[in-house]
Amino acid sequence: MSFEKELEKGRFYIPECLACKKLVWPPSEFCDNCNEKTSLRKEEFEGKIIEFSKQNEDYFCVVEFGGSIRIMAKMMTLPKKDQIVKISKCGISERSYYFQII
Amino acid sequence: MSQVGIVAYGTTPFTKDDHKIESILHKSSNDLFQKNPNIDKKEIDAVLVSTNNNSKYLSPILSEMAGIQPKIAHSIESLCNSGTNSIVSAFSYISSGLADMVLVSGAERYDSPGQILEWDNSRGEFKHPIFWASIFSKSYKEKYSISDEELAIVSVKNHKQASKNPNALSKKTYTVEDVMNSKKLTDDLKLLDCSRPCTGSASILLASEEIMKKYTDSPIWITGIGQKTTSAGFTKNTSLSSMESTKIAGQSALNMANRNISEIDVAEVHDAFSVCEPMILESLGFTDPGNGINMIKNLHQTNNFKINPRGGLIGCGHPLGATGISQTIEIVQQLQNNAASRQTDNPKTGLIHNMSAAATSSTVLVLEK
Repeated sequence: MSFEKELEKGRFYIPECLACKKLVWPPSEFCDNCNEKTSLRKEEFEGKIIEFSKQNEDYFCVVEFGGSIRIMAKMMTLPKKDQIVKISKCGISERSYYFQII
Repeated sequence: MSQVGIVAYGTTPFTKDDHKIESILHKSSNDLFQKNPNIDKKEIDAVLVSTNNNSKYLSPILSEMAGIQPKIAHSIESLCNSGTNSIVSAFSYISSGLADMVLVSGAERYDSPGQILEWDNSRGEFKHPIFWASIFSKSYKEKYSISDEELAIVSVKNHKQASKNPNALSKKTYTVEDVMNSKKLTDDLKLLDCSRPCTGSASILLASEEIMKKYTDSPIWITGIGQKTTSAGFTKNTSLSSMESTKIAGQSALNMANRNISEIDVAEVHDAFSVCEPMILESLGFTDPGNGINMIKNLHQTNNFKINPRGGLIGCGHPLGATGISQTIEIVQQLQNNAASRQTDNPKTGLIHNMSAAATSSTVLVLEK
């Protein structure tokens, strides 16, 4: 999937439906609303921190992008709820995605 | 639609032992047949196996080992609520007329691959269940001004109740201080807030009304079933302090049984982590949002075993494919006034709540005398 190719290069592009323009998550070739094809929206999305906790020195956060897409991401500094963030690092390691935000 | 009842049950102790999945499946079904020697295995039309284990063809294997030649034999996997989903499938086979008697056997090993949903990449590197549990705990505590000490009462209560259950993994009782001083997994979760994976198996035999009459004078009927899947991925949960799938499944089950939640005398609920129990009690409507901990405190202080008399997942351990079946067996024992020192006060109606993957799906059953 092209999403993963971009993610491996450290770019977080969200798939968007070519027909109804819905952002599609989890990333998929097809829209879960109208079943048409998707393509990556190549822009840097801003996210909002919904909730967070901490393990050892790392914070892990639920972050919302585009008003509907939520992922879990690492943050190195103390997060605040509703804080606006962006992806600083992302990729695939051992078949799992990883995301870091600032 | 024909009524469907529970004829018999069997179980193994829940342990950390290293047994083959086939062996423990056979052990719990053998326990069932040993306790009920009058059951004619030729009448068993279907054998369903509930597990997340990667071994193949387990239902025909169990059938052969148990001396059964069923018409229908297959496995069912749905992570942590595989057990109750298998019971729902058995119910459906019987109520449709495709089967009159169905054996449902669930089993898991301590090293089950079902503990982590590898597909859920929305969780990033935080795929272990302790991370969604930490997010639920943080959100719930903040929304309702609940302290860690208050949440710890769930673990204290359920370990106390498990200490009365000879098949439970945990044999110890703990104080709030013990829970607070147990290993810190995250800022919002301690080790004793968690259920533990383990090895165990449970089997249950369901039958049509006609067959039930042949085998038991004190039948227990499945009168309500509710199921709901809202997503597979944790981050699709719209609320982090309540459980939407549980609300919907619970209401569906109560509607089917024509009961209100106030009529439920005893319940087994899926306390995978401490925070889950108050969230579930609130989502099922046992109490108002934010009041779950007060209800749990009151039950604990009055030594009332109404919720999770078996000891819950926290006290019993959580062999995924067996859990929902074990929960159901507990409610059958309670309704038959056969739960020894865990017995609640003459219950007539019981409820089972079993869920998967951060409550992205829930199954609720109502049982009655």
